[in-house]
Amino acid sequence: MGALETEVQADLREGVDRETIETVKAMSGTYKYGWDTEIETEYAPKGVNEDIVRLISQKNGEPDWMLDWRLAAYRRWVQMEEPRWAMLNYPEIDYQDQYYYAKPKSMATKPKSLDEVDPKLLATYEKLGIPLKEQMILAGVEGSETRKVAVDAVFDSVSVGTTFKEELKKAGVIFCAISEAIREYPDLVKKYLGSVVPQSDNFFATLNSAVFSDGSFVYIPEGVRCPMELSTYFRINAENTGQFERTLIIADKGSYVSYLEGCTAPKRDTHQLHAAVVEIVILDDAEVKYSTVQNWYPGDAEGRGGIYNFVTKRADCRGARSKVMWTQVETGSAITWKYPSCILRGEEAQGEFYSIAIANNAQQADTGTKMVHLGKNTKSRIVSKGISAGRAQNTYRGLVSMHPRASGSRNYTQCDSLLIGDKCGAHTVPYIEVKNNSSRCEHEATTSKVDEDQLFYCRSRGMDEEQAVALVVNGFVKDVLQTLPMEFAMEAQALVAISLEGSVG
Amino acid sequence: MAVPQAKADALAARIAGLSFPREGWLGAARAEALTRLSAMGLPGKRDEYWRYTDPTDLIRPDAPQAALFDAGDEPPAFDAIERVNLVFVDGVFDAAASDDPALAGVEITRLAQAPDLHWARDLYGVLEARGQTPVQRPLAALATAFATDGLLIRVTGEAARPVALIYRHADESSDAILHHCIRLDPGAELTLLESGPGAARFTTAMEVEVADGARFHHVRVQGRDHERRAATHVFARVGAESLFKSFTLTANGVLTRNEVVVELTGDDSVAHVAGAAMGDGAFHHDDTVFITHAAERCESRQVFKKVLKHGAVGVFQGKILVKPGAQKTDGYQISQSLLLDETSQFLAKPELEIYADDVKCSHGSTSGAIDETALFYLRSRGVPLRTAQSLLVLAFLAEAIAEIEDTAIGEDIRQRLENWLARHED
Repeated sequence: MGALETEVQADLREGVDRETIETVKAMSGTYKYGWDTEIETEYAPKGVNEDIVRLISQKNGEPDWMLDWRLAAYRRWVQMEEPRWAMLNYPEIDYQDQYYYAKPKSMATKPKSLDEVDPKLLATYEKLGIPLKEQMILAGVEGSETRKVAVDAVFDSVSVGTTFKEELKKAGVIFCAISEAIREYPDLVKKYLGSVVPQSDNFFATLNSAVFSDGSFVYIPEGVRCPMELSTYFRINAENTGQFERTLIIADKGSYVSYLEGCTAPKRDTHQLHAAVVEIVILDDAEVKYSTVQNWYPGDAEGRGGIYNFVTKRADCRGARSKVMWTQVETGSAITWKYPSCILRGEEAQGEFYSIAIANNAQQADTGTKMVHLGKNTKSRIVSKGISAGRAQNTYRGLVSMHPRASGSRNYTQCDSLLIGDKCGAHTVPYIEVKNNSSRCEHEATTSKVDEDQLFYCRSRGMDEEQAVALVVNGFVKDVLQTLPMEFAMEAQALVAISLEGSVG
Repeated sequence: MAVPQAKADALAARIAGLSFPREGWLGAARAEALTRLSAMGLPGKRDEYWRYTDPTDLIRPDAPQAALFDAGDEPPAFDAIERVNLVFVDGVFDAAASDDPALAGVEITRLAQAPDLHWARDLYGVLEARGQTPVQRPLAALATAFATDGLLIRVTGEAARPVALIYRHADESSDAILHHCIRLDPGAELTLLESGPGAARFTTAMEVEVADGARFHHVRVQGRDHERRAATHVFARVGAESLFKSFTLTANGVLTRNEVVVELTGDDSVAHVAGAAMGDGAFHHDDTVFITHAAERCESRQVFKKVLKHGAVGVFQGKILVKPGAQKTDGYQISQSLLLDETSQFLAKPELEIYADDVKCSHGSTSGAIDETALFYLRSRGVPLRTAQSLLVLAFLAEAIAEIEDTAIGEDIRQRLENWLARHED
């Protein structure tokens, strides 16, 4: 490399770094979504039982088959035990001491269009940086090419509204609340709901199957490339209320969609439960990108409050050459229990998982993925970056399974952990099961601390220690950030810096 | 928590025919082990720690039959090494077949003949008990409680020759339970060799205390072409500036579970655990390793390689636990398998659990077939297919064999591998 070239590159790098630091500075402050909206809320009685399941079903105006499906799940759930294998330490959850349904009173009759939605609700999303207006784009990038993003906004137990519905309809794309889909598209829902995550899948998914109140539904017809990014924004507002949303995405043959998910909640001293299920069905030659920035309230430095996040996400690559890509930035929640998985059933199907999990203060995260190779010549890739600071515990837990018939398959896994401070923990628990010899499996994991030389370099350039750590960490997670859609990448980058605040010194 | 009924029943059936002397210090240690064992019950198929290995044959009341094996003209393991041979036949010490155990710097006592005030009272069952958390190892407690024989070896200086334990198998349904204790005093050094199938079923525990500045080398050859089932345990506590090295070669054997539990309790120590396994046909081999870093600036390495064919199954469960305060830890772990045909399986769970920040820990795990490009290259140079395959297999296993410090012993192991490959060409 010539001297000039080197200089240009160095200059460019400095430019990037400067920008990062400015973003980090601009975003400084503690959890900034911790306010709540004062709004009249209608609750179902506390606790969960068959009557509550019936009530939720009735509130959503569901047909009988849906109620039966929920009841079957509930009856199963009461016989199940809460899993305790994760490296998570939390007091017993009293499932009868919380609300399973909370709905803003102004939503008593569902508004026909966004214009009719309670201004307070619209203001809430505006404040979160998620304007529910069709001409807007997601906050974050200015001056870049304007890209449309359709939003389904879920507030406590109900969907408040969905933008760009008409424009999407023209392309044949269905994007609506799942409660609406159950009424309007029963055939699609009946065919696919529970086909990836069955009612009896696991304790939390089964609870969700019984009491899910709303969520998003997406259907991309054959050969359609979804004309805009779709997103769902989840907000928990009501106190002592669990959020149980269910998302179902179906990508028909040859289609493509990129889906974004964001979530926040107010600061409260008590823990709140969030148990979601996401099911994705991908047929021949279709592709789904699913990106999450999970920023639920993490609790305070002493571990008071925060969301307990128990989530089941799974993509079934049913068709040949189907493809799924999970990207997650997990910075929030007091407890994270989440393993977005890929069932690679179709020949030459591909699954990818990119994850950044940051645990600071008293946060605990046990997260990872499962790559189940069933079809021939299937490929998967896992890149996981875990960062622990404060007194937090961060675990990567993952499975790569090559079935006997999945010949010629390939997996590459990379799990890196970074420790900041001597009170936290970083753990890696991979399971690797290879049952045929033409497949190749590679797994690499490292654990290290923030590099002293890199920190020293940054400090010598005039950064304070916190800025320097944020910068080094942003470099550490760059591989994953690059896979996010741009608006999310900006937000995620800023989040990385914020989540680590107070971790130094 | 109460022991599930099925586990308690299995234990009652397993120990029904076993007995142990209750007298003296050893009796007390055995009784404590039985209490531990009763609180755990025997391992079951659904236990997470037995996820990849079915313990049924290891826990059933009677040992499954294992045909005696004729080694043909292959010389016994370590034949060319000058050593003190101590022979066990179906788990019973055979003084007549053994060498005189007198060796400068080493005291050797038979477990059954340990006098009342013996140094081993501070070791027997102690490390095994420590090794029961955070993961339960009931078969190790069984070996402590019901060992029918074993040796107590104390090393006070540099042992002049290696001590070789030879396990002969003479009865098709023998069920042997052994327990050894080895203590290396500060600055002492010993090479311990183990070889032979032992019995139709072989359950063992070995506790090794490596004091400050001591060095312990352990090289073991298991199985060969043998039907035996084995559950072996090595528990080591390693002091400051000392060394613990263990290498195991396993060639066939229907079912083998080797557990190695090492705790680094002194600063600046080194622990290396390595293994090479070759399986053809009905072969299930499980390496379960747990290394705890409880001191500063220690280094640990785990190197495990498996070559599998005709339905053989290789398992690796390895863990590095770095305790709070164990700064400057350097932990490394690699587990690799070479699957020579479509029917073999490799199941791995390489774990890291880390509670200190200034550490360097990494693990890698790979699985796949022989590299076609390398094979093609060798063949294009005129190397016949079989030879080329053997060469590549040996190259694959070399990293594990390189863990053996003594070159003569390493060469002996390499030769045995070559012989095995020649016998298993198809």
